[in-house]
Amino acid sequence: MAEVTATRQGPLDGLIAGSVGVAIAPAAPAHRISLRVGADGIPALNAALGLELPTVPKSSVTSSSDRMALWLGPDEWLIIDEKLDPMVDVAGTDAVFSVVDVSHRNTAIKVAGRGARATLEAGCPQNLSDTAFPAGACSRTVLGKIEVVLVRTDVNVYRIECWRSFAEYAFEFLADAAHDCMA
Amino acid sequence: MLLIHCPYCGEDRPELEFRHAGEAHLVRPDPISEISDEEFEAYFFLRENPKGLTYERWRHMHGCARFFNAVRDTVSDKFVVTYKAGEPKVEVERGDDGVARVKGAGR
Repeated sequence: MAEVTATRQGPLDGLIAGSVGVAIAPAAPAHRISLRVGADGIPALNAALGLELPTVPKSSVTSSSDRMALWLGPDEWLIIDEKLDPMVDVAGTDAVFSVVDVSHRNTAIKVAGRGARATLEAGCPQNLSDTAFPAGACSRTVLGKIEVVLVRTDVNVYRIECWRSFAEYAFEFLADAAHDCMA
Repeated sequence: MLLIHCPYCGEDRPELEFRHAGEAHLVRPDPISEISDEEFEAYFFLRENPKGLTYERWRHMHGCARFFNAVRDTVSDKFVVTYKAGEPKVEVERGDDGVARVKGAGR
């Protein structure tokens, strides 16, 4: 029988956009889990995931192995890891929790540059100023007509997590907004 | 843009992130199978819809996704106070200047 190889195709593969002040590109594929756990179970999951789940609203942590944990709600987190599958790490953890693999539900776009904030402000109603949304901040919010999870991974770098089926809309929205981000 | 204070996120957030979720502090009769049709109608269908201060449930749909309670003035569309789901009803009163405040909060 002939050997069959399947190539993973991302919804934004090969796309690139931007302007003088900002570069917009799809992020690398990643493992993602949606984690729900009460306060009692947090220590056990911290140990399993190898990081401290953030408990302050709008905050995120990144472990030494580049695994990100984003605070989405009082008992809800999004874990993103481009290398190792966090689903494997939490399996068998002795705690009451719920976890769903959303690796393929979401895709991400990286927006980087001096005009990144202005680009996002074209469609995001939240206060993205340095005091309200510093580097490391994250939040589920709105971009144009869709829901996204926004992470400020660095001062001028943002990661936008959106649903795969909305990815083209999000990308085109940002590409459009990038035109006058330095105005 | 109207800002709404989310008691779970602890800050004011844009109204686009929120959804209205009906009247607050409705208590489901127990046992519901033994109430009369009139009582069921009152519980299930009849709502206050006042002109002025009203207690509502809201959901921070595109944020922390939590439900919470809010007191809103339907005339001015101003939120008087928001508080977490399950917490006791917060009493509010209208001052001499016509502005609604939490009871005992002062100006």
